Amino acid sequence: MKKLLMASTALALSAGMALADDVKIGVLLGFTGPIESITPHMADGAEMAFNEINESGLFLGGQTITSVRADSTCVDSSAAQAAAERMISSDGVVAIMGADCSGVTMAVLQNVAMSAGIPMISPSATSPAFTTTESNGLFYRTSPSDARQGAILAGIVMERGFSEVALTYTNNDYGAGFANAFEESFIAMGGTITSKVAHEEARGDYSAEVGQLAAAGGDAMVILGYVDGGGSMLRTAYELGAFEQFFIGDGMFGDELIAATGEAIEGTIGTIPWAAGEGADRFHALAEEAGVQGQSSYTRESYDAAALLALAAQAAGEATPAGIAANILNVANEPGEEILPGELARGLEILAAGGEINFMGATNVTLVGPGEAAGFYREYVVEGGEYVTVQFH
Amino acid sequence: MEPLNALISLSNFMLIPALAYGSQLALGALGITLIFSILRFAHFAHGDTMALGTAAVIGGTLFLQAQGVSIDPLPTALLAIPIGIVVMVLYLLAADRLVYKYFRKVKAKPLTFVMASLGVMFVTNGITRLFMGVGETRFEDGQRFLFTVREFRDFTGMAEGMALRSAQAITIITALIVMVVLFWFLNRTRAGKSMRAYSDNEDLALLSGINPERVVVITWTITAILLVLAGTLYGLDKGFRPFNYFQLLLPMFAAAILGGLGSPIGAIVGAYVVAFAELGITYAWRRVFSYLMPEGLEPTSMMQLLPVDYKFAVTFAILVIVLLFRPTGIFKGKVI
Repeated sequence: MKKLLMASTALALSAGMALADDVKIGVLLGFTGPIESITPHMADGAEMAFNEINESGLFLGGQTITSVRADSTCVDSSAAQAAAERMISSDGVVAIMGADCSGVTMAVLQNVAMSAGIPMISPSATSPAFTTTESNGLFYRTSPSDARQGAILAGIVMERGFSEVALTYTNNDYGAGFANAFEESFIAMGGTITSKVAHEEARGDYSAEVGQLAAAGGDAMVILGYVDGGGSMLRTAYELGAFEQFFIGDGMFGDELIAATGEAIEGTIGTIPWAAGEGADRFHALAEEAGVQGQSSYTRESYDAAALLALAAQAAGEATPAGIAANILNVANEPGEEILPGELARGLEILAAGGEINFMGATNVTLVGPGEAAGFYREYVVEGGEYVTVQFH
Repeated sequence: MEPLNALISLSNFMLIPALAYGSQLALGALGITLIFSILRFAHFAHGDTMALGTAAVIGGTLFLQAQGVSIDPLPTALLAIPIGIVVMVLYLLAADRLVYKYFRKVKAKPLTFVMASLGVMFVTNGITRLFMGVGETRFEDGQRFLFTVREFRDFTGMAEGMALRSAQAITIITALIVMVVLFWFLNRTRAGKSMRAYSDNEDLALLSGINPERVVVITWTITAILLVLAGTLYGLDKGFRPFNYFQLLLPMFAAAILGGLGSPIGAIVGAYVVAFAELGITYAWRRVFSYLMPEGLEPTSMMQLLPVDYKFAVTFAILVIVLLFRPTGIFKGKVI
């Protein structure tokens, strides 16, 4: 017994020593809860970047990165804060890749990360509220704010010659934030919103909501919601003859929408954040090689967020929270050599030599404003039951 | 032609949906009122048994479709209704034997029955979700429209259009037929008369040789038929989703209480009042009035009494007002 105890102590000690060269980065995502189906792929995406860096052996003179996963739950702020506190105080992470949903991300940022001085890069918090939140340079995101999509969609509607539209949105933070952003931009462009009505998800009958929008009139209907409620609104509006032309946001995109709405959706125009180009292609090839589902939502953004944290540490020359926070914008934006997925080793080399890089990643990362992705959107039109790309914004 | 345009617009967005919705509620409220007057308790499991019955019909529909059976242009689900009715009669009788019979024997208070039916509700609810999941299932097939907005406009040349979906027309017609048959059954047949006698005075009915268990079985059977019809029509019209059926409980009870619990005619009137109130109060009347008012006096506001989100609040308000000021309902029913 005594021997066993000593042996295990020795083992623990040696393990502890081996870890001394380790840099720990937290991966705080909702592994349980409403988005549990996509978070494992997001975490895999982030860890793909860490593995790539570890394999290069060039990170801060041969140190390795260990990922510390914890559950943000997506909806329970107190659970997310507890998880973040634990990874900072007992695991000793120097930065956090996360969190995911806007609500818990804001709670973790304001109540945990800011007091501990730990930088965060969220791959998926899209609420416009982050743009105006003062984070002392600790918060960044690789996904664009919904406000940006609102402005782009407003521009598309205007460009097509619809200056009076009826607006409906799903009744939650996403829908309301998106609708406000759309309304603001659309009015600024000289358009008129005839009526703005929230709709609930999972109702049986939407004729009352559609009736109100129809009573207000308008040339087209803008629906910012999900397949379920938004799709029903679209079909009901078409069947009641209230509107002929529809514009939709990213939450509606999917094959289920076309199956659920049939001929009603024909000619509908919409936007969705999209990754295209060399960076995305390379990422998908790498992901396939690593057995990661690269096509899943926000997996690319997760890879980019994780890579940015590591590159920032390299640029600082030390894996400290303050050093990482100070260098994120430097490695993400111009000037410098462009770094795509799979080229992280080259990026580390350049930074070690004192050079500058412009990390492009899988999503053409460019951080604007207080440090959020500018975003890259696909404008599509539904033709013959297919999403057809019109152009990219 | 302006008043005609106003009427068409009103029909399209309010009158037709309210008529269909009211018919669905009426069939449900009739079941509630029957159980209340004969078995003497408020059947809280009504919405969820309706969901289970509809689930059985959907199962039957899928089976028939797989066999290649079709009654196009009518939905196949109509053929599957008997399957659903058989399943639900067996289910409700089993629930009666396992749960309610004991409470009848010990002459439990009505509140105990209500709680027992709440238990049945949770179990039924779980069974439905086990088979159907929580998402939406659409089982409507056949021809979707009698006429669409575009066809109507092209045909009449009016500015406003109006659509009539097959499911809405089937709902309204079926509800009418069922109501007529039910009244004939209650007033003209021996079984119906024994039910009414049992409802009026239990002891007197027992003395005159009416078998109470037989009355109970007939009541559940009729309830099952009404439930399956109401549920299937609602599902054809609005899609099947278990939670929406649970939510129907409130308007159905409001309808039964408003009409007067125990009064079948009251349940029907109550159902249409609730449906028209829900949709009428949350309807934006601007378009209708813009046709009716003389030029220059068109309304600029939406002319909407309450936002659409408050649909359920309307039902609640009706329920509270009735219970406060006229607890017996319009047709002098029983008081809870």
